[in-house]
Amino acid sequence: MAHDHHHDHDHDHNQGRDLAVFQHGRPPVDRSAIQGWGADLDRKNRPGVPMERTPPRIDAPLTQPEQQPQHVEVLLSPERPHMTPLFGSPNPPRGVSGMVRRAAFKETENDIRHWLLLMLADRIDVVEGLVEDLGRGHVPNILGEMGIKAEWQHNKRGLAQKVAIGAAVAGIACYLYQRRDRR
Amino acid sequence: MLAMNYRGPFRVRADHKPDPVIEHPGDAIVRVTRSCICGSDLHLYHGLVPDTRVGTTFGHEFVGIVEEVGSQVTKLKVGDHVLVPFNVFCGSCFFCQKELYGNCHNTNPQASAVGGIYGYSHTAGGFDGGQAEFVRVPMADVGPTVIPADMDEDDAVLLTDALPTGYQAAEMGDISEGDTVVVFGAGPVGIFAAKSAWLFGAGRVIVVDHVDYRLDFVRRYAQCEVVNFREVDDMALHIKKMTDWLGADVCIDAVGCEAAGSAAQTITGVHLMMQAGSATALHWCINSVRKGGNVSIVGVYGPTFNAIPIGNALNKGLTLRMNQASVKRHLPRLIEHIQAGRIDPKQIITHRVPLEEVSDAYHIFSSKLDDCIKTVLIPPSANQVRAIESTANH
Repeated sequence: MAHDHHHDHDHDHNQGRDLAVFQHGRPPVDRSAIQGWGADLDRKNRPGVPMERTPPRIDAPLTQPEQQPQHVEVLLSPERPHMTPLFGSPNPPRGVSGMVRRAAFKETENDIRHWLLLMLADRIDVVEGLVEDLGRGHVPNILGEMGIKAEWQHNKRGLAQKVAIGAAVAGIACYLYQRRDRR
Repeated sequence: MLAMNYRGPFRVRADHKPDPVIEHPGDAIVRVTRSCICGSDLHLYHGLVPDTRVGTTFGHEFVGIVEEVGSQVTKLKVGDHVLVPFNVFCGSCFFCQKELYGNCHNTNPQASAVGGIYGYSHTAGGFDGGQAEFVRVPMADVGPTVIPADMDEDDAVLLTDALPTGYQAAEMGDISEGDTVVVFGAGPVGIFAAKSAWLFGAGRVIVVDHVDYRLDFVRRYAQCEVVNFREVDDMALHIKKMTDWLGADVCIDAVGCEAAGSAAQTITGVHLMMQAGSATALHWCINSVRKGGNVSIVGVYGPTFNAIPIGNALNKGLTLRMNQASVKRHLPRLIEHIQAGRIDPKQIITHRVPLEEVSDAYHIFSSKLDDCIKTVLIPPSANQVRAIESTANH
């Protein structure tokens, strides 16, 4: 089939051009073997082209949704400073990580400090999560949380390698530490 | 209820958490019967998405049964079996009116670029996700779609993200009849992008990855050619060779911020976090596509800085299109495709795991163990619901 947006340099051969030419020397695909081939070739069947379609196809209310009541702290982007009618409420900012998050939201999304502070807060949050676990008497099974059972089941060799590397690193560190103490 | 609980990079577990409640009159509470782990959940799991707070429940691909509705919900009723698009959206704002549901302006106070997404960090609104027994679903009359009676629940759950995202990736490539399409990434979205490329009339579809079992799967499932990039010297050069030195007509990035294949990108983007992830797949797209070609990006990149070869894109006269998928826009057509047998999404599901074993499920998917393509998590109460239905039917 015609495919008009390249090979213009080859005008003399246009009449004899077939799909094989346009597939860069590959044999034509057997379209009948591909279920649904070309079902959406007609652009009218493409729901997203043009990408911005008005009016939308769904039957949604054209009024602004009612405001969700706010019971927890939600940080607001300086680039859209009004509270949205809907928002997620789990895991409000807490502790030191929360303080860092509040500082991050003083910067705009356009400012890299915003994102770097959030990444820092995420790492602090991990430590706070451990403390929280221990505080309520729960000793987290960190290896279990990392999927050690699956690793043992499906990747014994990889697990053995990791254990060996870990043991070697720990052994070297221990040796260096002892040597430093002897000086 | 039982729910997945993020504890830090590479650490998740199943925990008991309080049940979600109606917080807005447009909300519903959905009892989850199936949820998936998405490739983009791995970006969260690996700690690469800013403002991913400890205690969060991930999961933006889920289906379930409506358990409770708010006072303003009129179209959805208790007992409806629904699939829930991953976007949290209102349907009425400036962007939703343009069918840009991934960019809703009314559901995420914490960032201006993206709308709300279930279980996808506070950068995407701070909503808890569906890897749980119950989930709060805002704007219940707008987002959820009742699953057709003849549709398999496993097909339905793949309509919440993976299939529409792959389909939109192909659509944004603006494929013309006979086009050569290269898809980078043989994960679920890449697999569906390859499959969809044929629907749009591609003449040749090539999928690139480095995991052999994934390439074997996509070759069988999407009847495409495959390239293992570990076996070629230079990816862009290889694509040029495969295409009579012109380049592909359309390249699709279905990988995002954790692409392998470039030591420099991996070190700076993933290990040192000097940029918002490794942009290797995007480099390859821009450098492998022909002049005047189209690059479509659905792989997830975190904010904010990435080193990408924009100069090459300029000099080649490329069209770059990208977005989070506007799932709801594609559902009617994709349901037709499934019912007509053009796509059989559930074939990509390789693992069904009880929610209680979520730690292992994440590890298997993340480490590409046990030939994993797609994992479905099944909460204990999902089985309970099925048992009730089964009793009722007899």
